[in-house]
Amino acid sequence: MQLTNRSRVVSNKKQSFAEKAYFPAIIKGMMITMSHLLKKPATIQYPEQVRPMAPVYRGQHILKRDENGAERCTACGLCAVACPAEAITMESAERKKGEENLYREEKYATIYEINMLRCIFCGLCEEACPKEAIFLTDKTVPSEFERGDFVYGKDKLTETLDNTRKVDVSKRQTEEVKEFKKIPGPKHNTLFDKKSLDHKH
Amino acid sequence: MPKVTIDGHEIEVPKGTTILQAARMIGPHVAPPAMCFYTKLKTSGGYCRTCIVKVTKGSAQNPNPMPKPVASCRTEVMDGMEVQNNTSPDLLEARKGVVEFLLINHPLDCPICDQAGECHLQDLGYQNGSEKTRYEFKRREFEKIDIGKYVSLHMTRCIMCFRCVKVADQITDKRVHGVLHRGDAAEISTYIENVIENDFSGNVIDVCPVGALTDRTFRFKSRVWYTKPMEAHRKCDHAKCNGKVRLWFKGEDVLRVTARKDQWGEAEEFICNTCRFEKKRKSDWIIEGPSPISHHSVISTNHYMSLNMAKVEILKHQKALGFIPMKKLDLE
Repeated sequence: MQLTNRSRVVSNKKQSFAEKAYFPAIIKGMMITMSHLLKKPATIQYPEQVRPMAPVYRGQHILKRDENGAERCTACGLCAVACPAEAITMESAERKKGEENLYREEKYATIYEINMLRCIFCGLCEEACPKEAIFLTDKTVPSEFERGDFVYGKDKLTETLDNTRKVDVSKRQTEEVKEFKKIPGPKHNTLFDKKSLDHKH
Repeated sequence: MPKVTIDGHEIEVPKGTTILQAARMIGPHVAPPAMCFYTKLKTSGGYCRTCIVKVTKGSAQNPNPMPKPVASCRTEVMDGMEVQNNTSPDLLEARKGVVEFLLINHPLDCPICDQAGECHLQDLGYQNGSEKTRYEFKRREFEKIDIGKYVSLHMTRCIMCFRCVKVADQITDKRVHGVLHRGDAAEISTYIENVIENDFSGNVIDVCPVGALTDRTFRFKSRVWYTKPMEAHRKCDHAKCNGKVRLWFKGEDVLRVTARKDQWGEAEEFICNTCRFEKKRKSDWIIEGPSPISHHSVISTNHYMSLNMAKVEILKHQKALGFIPMKKLDLE
């Protein structure tokens, strides 16, 4: 019984002399090959040549520092709760006296890890961050031999202090986002450090 | 018994009941939010004005509406009273204004605040506030004072609800902190640098609706939504404490101990400082099971399954009849 009409009867007919000679078919094939020799190649010489990337390409993450070189991340955990792949973990601690130049606010991340095997590079962490601390860059995550090497800690994620090697993320920040994430009121980190005598009893 | 209609729901309540309590009897969909009112603290309420409602009909005898929105936590119901809460757009606009005022001096440092995730001001701002602040001036600042090894005070976050003062007055024996100064300069303080040390002083953490008073032993340990709340109890020697608490686990570690909160965010029973700060081992406690957490709470995003109470009831009955072994009941 035939259920569908998709089946085809295989033709077993004898080949003609022209087909048996193969020569016309070879010429036909070579013509295609030759025509491609004259065309522009579809590939590039990758490490030497790089294709243009979108300004908002989502590659390896970076933990930005502020203008003074202090880490912006306060380990608020919003990136981790936004992460659909559950790739981010962190632990936080309180900033000690004398570390004001290292961490922007009184709380900072002691451990900040992203599992690059879990990460799907969706950019939701970047979107959730209220402190403009985490960004995705156009750098691709290199391959490794061990699975454990894909868990990137703060050593690999934090931006360098070297001013000449700063990563520019300005193209990823629209004016609307900057306005929305602007911290209201006075400068945040001065809240508890500054001696304000206005309310002294 | 007076009959009152709130948002179209009629309810008969005992004489002397406030509008807020009547609304809570109807259910959470009509109950106005409250930041300073606390059922277990006498004379609390009337400061924050978030619970304002519109009384469209004063009573059966005097059907005139009240001229202004009234604080529902301090206004008693009258027979035949008609009240609008969520059904009145004017009132919601007025409440939005109240929330804006509460947030004027709030630093909005939620990313570093330990209360974030269970903060009543966050919820209130999310439900009734505007997206952006219109305030352009300097927010008030305070010099940080040390009030002991258990409780940390962030005065900048305080909304002046007076709950902690009333806890100190009514729950503990001796109050050493209070509100100093007036108006904009008012602050919760101990005046002379004083340490708050009392068996029940830890309860100020639970009653604080914002992150002004937080647990110092939990400081920056974890975000609230990465910890799993469990109901537990222990035999407490303290005469006034019955040792029924909520433990907040991260893995096998107890990061924090709080009182059990009801659906209005109020502590069911106040607990002593020994239970709250000293007993941080799992072996100190007898664990009853996961705490019920609302699906709207950020805590439930941590793949935390709340107890299906109906199912538990059925299981209990089945157990009583001998259908299922005890083991299955422990955790769901």
